[in-house]
Parts: sequence; C-alpha cells; structure tokens
Amino acid sequence: MEIAIPPAVAPDDPRSVARAMAPPSRFGDKAFEWLTLTMAMAVVVLVILTGWQLWLGSSLAIQKFGFHFLTTSTWDPVAEQFGALPFIYGTLVSSLIALVIAVPLSIATAVYLTELAPLWIRQPLVSLIEMLAAIPSVILGLWGIFVMIPWLRDYPFPWLKRVFGWTPFFSGPIYGTSMLAGGIIIAIMILPIITSVSREILRSVPDLQREAAYALGATRWEVTRIAVLSYARKGLFGAVILGLGRALGETMAVTMVIGNTPQIAASLFKSGYTLASVIANEFTEATTDIYLEALFEIGLVLFGVTILVNLIAQLLLKTMTTTTSATRAVQ
Amino acid sequence: MMNSSRADNHHWRKVKNVLASTTTFVSALLVIAPLALVFFHLLVNGASSVNWAFFTHLPKPVGEAGGGMVNAIVGSLELLALASIIGIPIGVLGGVYLAEYGPARVNWVLRFVADVLNGVPSITWGVVVYGLVVLRFKGFSAYAGGLALGLIMIPLILRTTEEVILLVPNGYREAALALGVARWKTIVHIVMKTASKGIITGILLALARVGGETAPLLFTAFGNRFWNHSLSQPIAALPLQIFTYAISPYDDWHRQAWAGALVLVTGIFCVNVIVRILTRQRTASVV
Repeated sequence: MEIAIPPAVAPDDPRSVARAMAPPSRFGDKAFEWLTLTMAMAVVVLVILTGWQLWLGSSLAIQKFGFHFLTTSTWDPVAEQFGALPFIYGTLVSSLIALVIAVPLSIATAVYLTELAPLWIRQPLVSLIEMLAAIPSVILGLWGIFVMIPWLRDYPFPWLKRVFGWTPFFSGPIYGTSMLAGGIIIAIMILPIITSVSREILRSVPDLQREAAYALGATRWEVTRIAVLSYARKGLFGAVILGLGRALGETMAVTMVIGNTPQIAASLFKSGYTLASVIANEFTEATTDIYLEALFEIGLVLFGVTILVNLIAQLLLKTMTTTTSATRAVQ
Repeated sequence: MMNSSRADNHHWRKVKNVLASTTTFVSALLVIAPLALVFFHLLVNGASSVNWAFFTHLPKPVGEAGGGMVNAIVGSLELLALASIIGIPIGVLGGVYLAEYGPARVNWVLRFVADVLNGVPSITWGVVVYGLVVLRFKGFSAYAGGLALGLIMIPLILRTTEEVILLVPNGYREAALALGVARWKTIVHIVMKTASKGIITGILLALARVGGETAPLLFTAFGNRFWNHSLSQPIAALPLQIFTYAISPYDDWHRQAWAGALVLVTGIFCVNVIVRILTRQRTASVV
C-alpha cells in the first residue's frame, strides 16, 4: 500500500508550485504515523503485559511449589497445598471429548457448505452458524444446566452405561453434571469456529484442482475427497488446532455443567474441573495470598498453553490462506 | 461380464456420492440444532418473564418474588461504553497503521500477534486486570470491568478495520494526494470516511461479542444488586446476573435468568442483523 506519488502541480500556478516544494504539514504526517504505530503496538504490549502480570502475580507460588505444581493432585486451600494436575487433566479430557464430537461434524458441514450443498441453501446455513457463534457462553451454560443435563441424564447416559458400562469410562453413578457434559457443551461452543475456518480453507482451494478431477470423470464426492480434502489437509488441521485453543480456554458454559470437583477419575460420568473454571469459581473466594497466587499460576499455565496452541494454529493457517482472516469470520 | 462390473462400479460410486451428500447434510443439521434448541428454550422459559418490571425494577431481596434487572442492563451498557473508550481508538488506529503504513514484515508480526491474542481465553483478561487495577486500587470497579472488555475488543477491531481499509481503492488515495492533500488528512478524510461503514460494522461486532462476556467481569466489575453510583464501585452486568441467577437454588431467580438470557441474546442478534444489513449495502456499492 505504498503510495509515492508526488503531489500533482499545475505548472502555471505559483502557489501550487510553492506548495509542492514544501510539502504540507509534514509534522502532521509524522505525528499521525507515530500515533497509529503506537496503537498498533498495543497488541504486542498486551501480550507482554499479560505474561508479566501473570508471572508477577504467581511468583510466590512458583517459588514455593516449583514444578510440582503441575504434577501433584492435591488441591487443599485450607492446608495451603496446591497442585494443578486435576485441572490440567480436566481441561485436556473435556477438550478431547469436544474435539472428538466437533471435528467430524464441523468438517463435514464445511464440506457440505463449500462442495456438496445446493447453492441456495449455503448462505442461510452460513448465517445460522454465525448466529450460533454469537450466543454467549453463559447462555449456553444456562441452557446446559436446565435443558441439556436433565436430558443427558435421562436418555443418552443410561444408554451409554448399558452398552459401554463394562469399560471404566462409562461406569459408576450418573448425576448429570460430568466431564462428558462439559465436553459436549465445549463441542457446541467450538463447532462454529472450526466450521467457519474449515470453510474458508476449502474455499481457498483453487478451482483448477476440482476441474482436473472432474475432467477425469470423478463424481462430486470423489472430487471433494481427491482434489479438495487432500489439498486442504494442512489448513484443516490448523482449523482443528484453533478449535482446540478455544476449547482449552472455554470458561462459563463448562463451569456450569462440569461439576467442579478437583478429581482425576476414569469415568466420564464423574465430575471434573478445568483450569479456566477453577479460576472462575474460586478467584473471589481466595482468602490467603498463596491461594490467590496459585490461581494466578493457573492463569499463567492457561495463558501459556493457549498462546502456544494458537501460535501453531495460526502458522498452519497462514501457510494455507493469505490472511483472508479466516479466524475473524466467526468472531 | 466386464460391462456389468463396470456398471456395478459406476453404480457404487453414485451411491457413495449420495451417501456423502446425505452424511454431510445431516452433520450440518446437527451443527445448527443447538442454535434452534437454545432459541426455542429461551422463548419457552424466558418470554413470559420479560415484562415491564423486568426492564424497570431492581432485583428483589432473596426469597421475594418479582423484581427486574434494570441495573444490570444499564450496567452492561456503561461497561460497553467504558470498553469502547479503550478498544475503539486503539483498535481503529492500529488497524489504520497496518493497512496504510506498516512495512510488510512488521504487519505480518502484528497481524499474527493480534490473531493469537484473539484466541486467548477471556478469563485471562479478568485475571490480568484484577492484578493491574483491582489489587492496586483496592476494589472491584466498573473501570476494571470496562478495561477488561476493552482489551478484548482491541485485536478484534484492529483486524476488521485493517481489512475494510484495504478494500478502499487506491485511486481514492492517489486522487487526494494528487490534489496536494497531506497524507494523514487523506487517510482520515478520504480513506477512513470511505471505509467508515465497514469500520462501524467491525466495532458493532466487537461490542456484540464482549457484551455477552461473563468471565472477564467476574472479578473486575464483580456485579451489584443495586444501582452503581460511581464508576469506581462494583457494577452489575447482564451476563454476570444471568450467571449468578442460573447457579442459584431459587426458582424465581432461574425464571429471571431465562428472561435475562432472552434479552441479552435478542440484543446481540439485533446487532448482528444490523451488521448484515450494513454489509449488504457495502457489497452493493464499491466499498
């Protein structure tokens, strides 16, 4: 966007010549450029400030617990023993459940939207998915508590227990609020972003790819499989990782349905707890300094992990699209 | 023999094609099913409680039925105004830098950082602002809540502003510069003005997004059952109130949580519809 065109001058008008000789308000130009640069730098400052503040807020806890913070599972504020393992476990398991549910659904939807659906249905469907993305987490949580949980408890959970009850994952009593419910609600939260980003990725596949496959006599699905999906593999992976980043940090909806018990249990019917939800629940209750510091440290872990995951996702996506801002489509 | 197997193969390929179309169609239905279900239940459970009292009364004390959420609705608007003061100037001007000034390599880094920031969980900003503001000034406040929401808005607005400014045809800039207009005036009066509809769209979307945020407000704005008389005091917000009521054990509060949720979702969807109308007109004209 460099524009280096000198001001045009009507040669017989001395005033305009003079103006051309001394370009108008160079100070204004410099000042404005610096102003906008400062504002743009805000994003970098924000990352550094956040990391620094979280580190500062948890320095005591880091000194006291060291690396054990991440590997021990006792969370006892009264005895001032803090280990984050149950939360790390809960975050990973609930996000994994969410990905298992959301990835096939959203990629299939993206394929349908870009390759297989009749043209007239595409735009309305895209709008609906954007609306789903616009539903606030807390409202999905409200729905989760009063509609989804009772339904899960009455129908799918007993069925899962009957069929898969012999495995440790679906054994034990059914309360409703559970790791599985948390995973399902996260899945609903990340469906729109994975779908939209995958759709952008598939749309960025050159038509030449498709035409080549059609020319060989492939059916629509074969074109999709051979020419489109294999071409877009890396970008789709990026979309999934981006969804993982959102899943790891999802807070309100999960907090409302996962049960909030710091335990490591094989059964998905048991309550869990995530990094984000322990902060949401216990931050204002943290009465001692070390308790607050431990929560800050959990924030630091969450921040570090999501930065890393998003970094990987963006790198994968940037190589695929030329920053048509696939990520923004859904925000 | 040869012929029939070829025909079989062809038949099988066609079946697979139909199967794939059906499966992906069902997936699409499953993806939008939660939207329909949430909306249905919001209407069923919330509509009857959205009444005049809801928009005009303060919450009643525990155990007393009735009351409304007027303080939370006004509080949310105040928080959005505070967030705008931080988020809009930084986001818009930052976006201007990316689109108009930044060298390619700097832009790549800044875009990258903004996109990564967009993925940071919103609760992180709550923790950070708690450390920066609440601990330092010894108390939850509307300022802290507004700041947390404003920080979330920055990368969102920055990216949309950049994109719409890049859509302004170069001829506009050249025409202004050719008339001897200073570059910054060209950008402010010609480029940003041309792109203003797009910039406003981006701002509205960012507001709709943070308007529903709860996590960053939990320990910054904190919530308040009464009117907020000073911005340095805790303030109520609609999403916070919904959360508090949803996890409470009282039926009347559950009823109000549904009503609040219906109001909040309606507000957010209205903004989205406005945005859609704005952008439709935008694609009709050039920018």
